[in-house]
Amino acid sequence: MISAAEALQDFKKITPKTIPLVEPFSKGHRACQGCGEVLALRLAAKAVGMDMIAVSATGCMEIISSSYQTAWETPWIHVAFENAAAVASGVEAGRKALIRKGRIKDNGSKIVAFAGDGATADIGLQALSGALERGHDFTYICLDNEAYMNTGIQRSSSTPFGAMTTTSPPGKISKGQMTWKKNMPMIAAAHNIPYVATASPAWHVDLMNKVKKAVTIPGPAYIHIYSPCPTGWRCPPETSIETARKVVQSKVFPLFEVIDGQFILTRDIKKPIPVEEYLKTQRRFSHLGPEDIAYIQKRVDADWDRLLKLVQATNPEA
Amino acid sequence: MGRRVGLEVSLACAEVVGLCNADVVAAYPITPQTHIVEHLSEMVADGHLDAEFVPVESEHSAMSCCVGSSAAGARTFTSTSSQGLALMHEILFIAASLRLPIVMAVANRSLSGPISIWNDHSDIMAERDIGWIQTFAENGQEVVDLTIHAFKVAEDSRVCLPVAVNLDGFILTHVIEPIELPDKEEVDAYLPAFEPSQSLDTANPISMGIVGMPEIYTEAKKANAVALEDSYEVIKEHWAGMAEKFGRTYKPIETYRTDDADTVFVTMGSLGETTMSAVDQMREDGINVGQVRIRLWRPFPVEDFMEAIAGAKTLIVIDRALSPGLPAGPVATELRGLLYAKGASPYVANFVCGLGGRDVTRAQFIEMYQTAQKAAASGEEMTCQMVGVKE
Repeated sequence: MISAAEALQDFKKITPKTIPLVEPFSKGHRACQGCGEVLALRLAAKAVGMDMIAVSATGCMEIISSSYQTAWETPWIHVAFENAAAVASGVEAGRKALIRKGRIKDNGSKIVAFAGDGATADIGLQALSGALERGHDFTYICLDNEAYMNTGIQRSSSTPFGAMTTTSPPGKISKGQMTWKKNMPMIAAAHNIPYVATASPAWHVDLMNKVKKAVTIPGPAYIHIYSPCPTGWRCPPETSIETARKVVQSKVFPLFEVIDGQFILTRDIKKPIPVEEYLKTQRRFSHLGPEDIAYIQKRVDADWDRLLKLVQATNPEA
Repeated sequence: MGRRVGLEVSLACAEVVGLCNADVVAAYPITPQTHIVEHLSEMVADGHLDAEFVPVESEHSAMSCCVGSSAAGARTFTSTSSQGLALMHEILFIAASLRLPIVMAVANRSLSGPISIWNDHSDIMAERDIGWIQTFAENGQEVVDLTIHAFKVAEDSRVCLPVAVNLDGFILTHVIEPIELPDKEEVDAYLPAFEPSQSLDTANPISMGIVGMPEIYTEAKKANAVALEDSYEVIKEHWAGMAEKFGRTYKPIETYRTDDADTVFVTMGSLGETTMSAVDQMREDGINVGQVRIRLWRPFPVEDFMEAIAGAKTLIVIDRALSPGLPAGPVATELRGLLYAKGASPYVANFVCGLGGRDVTRAQFIEMYQTAQKAAASGEEMTCQMVGVKE
């Protein structure tokens, strides 16, 4: 199998002028106002195009897209909560066998699994790890809204430190979520797959290019997309993109790629904004005091430094 | 026509999946299913079987992978046992609901705890309501024939449902038996490549697994239940077709010496062969006893069963699983419900035996007969008895 870098040699970037007009994920869905997740999904689907075979985990995007009518213009399958990666691996294996036996044409279909953070970092982690390790040719996109929003804002392992959810409520002896967010992109990268990336809908062209790269490269690819949830994060619907921008500018959610094991910072943050500026966009953090914010700032800075070291270590010539 | 070989039943099962040209096999190893999937992976590795072997990381993913591959239009096979089947539980219902013709061999094994790798039917009895067609094999030849039949029925456009073929762990899976394996050409002629009416195809996009809002959920479940009920005629039709093609006749319910039998044993799976020999011995002693064997468990062949037990005054129902909290095992509970609905009232004696690999001897069947006769004569209600419990 060719490397990711080789596969990307003739990669034609999407530019603001060449944003695909197709809408594989179309009208008729029932997402909340200002949903950053459905926007990320729509952008990702546009980048893949009409050759997409989509697999959804149970969750917000599955519910809002398939009640009464379907919003999917390309083939779509939803089976259960924890198994999107396993289902996608089956679709890939089935098609591979049928193509080899000459029973269906190799029409360049791209298999893309969509799952929320709970379906990825918690209940579906095993199935995802298995599918990545087995090397199926598919793209897995985690749409991370940092809690179980579909069931009513319960904490997941992807909920950030200090966030208020219905199962991590701040109380007399609690600050809300007491654990640090699980680092899914690094877990995916540890599988030595050809392509891993993070993306934010505030940089929509970057997001689409990453998705396009993921489906261009043979083998498994993982993309982690920060997906603002105004309903769950207690912020006005019109601030989703602002939040999605500030999370990157504050270094809380770095944008990077891992291509054939090489870490690349896709957006360097020369003049970061304080994490407090990001945190105050959402009422889920409103109970945090100065020392909590200082703690978060310290850990965010440390995580960023570690990422930079990985970039340096894997790009010795740079 | 075919070739007669001495073969371990697990290997025969794998060989016949190869004869059926499976496109995808997704499986996770669990005793006593392992020889089936080991042999399949060898066949793929040697190029004897042109299929994708997906060595998944759990049974939950095995069934999920099967759902994906079947939805992509590929002929799909898996096999499991016990805890593995239990881990698949959630996805089994969805496979049936999506009308996917997956075929699965279940090497029946007890459920934990305590952990036991040995044979009984507690794994499949916990999965009665999954909406799959379920058959039980008594010997290796049946495993071969029921597997071919399973693909034929599952993929029939009038059915489109998954099929589980049950074979007793170790007692069948690890035993070498004389088996007639059909020729490749014969199976190819009988079972052409799977042509799904719908699949995940960008030329004809469909959405599979949509939300069942309250306005449609009931109708969706009804449609599923009707599909399973209606599969009965197709199941029989293809058994008739197989008899013509391969020369062996199968029926939903098999009877043995029931014609003038006052008392009838009701069995499932490989224990039936021991029962037959016990019946023979009792017949020699002048006892009018017979045997009814349930081959088709879902959809349950109600009329065939009623016809098979029509003359019997006493039924001795053998259960290979417990239903704690009920005064009978799962098979007896179901049959009593059926008999009541049909207005039939034979005396039903129920024995649970052969749990976790405990052997059941011919002598124990005779003892069961004697116990049942005494209970029937006294007219007292008989609650389920566990056979051979050490006190």
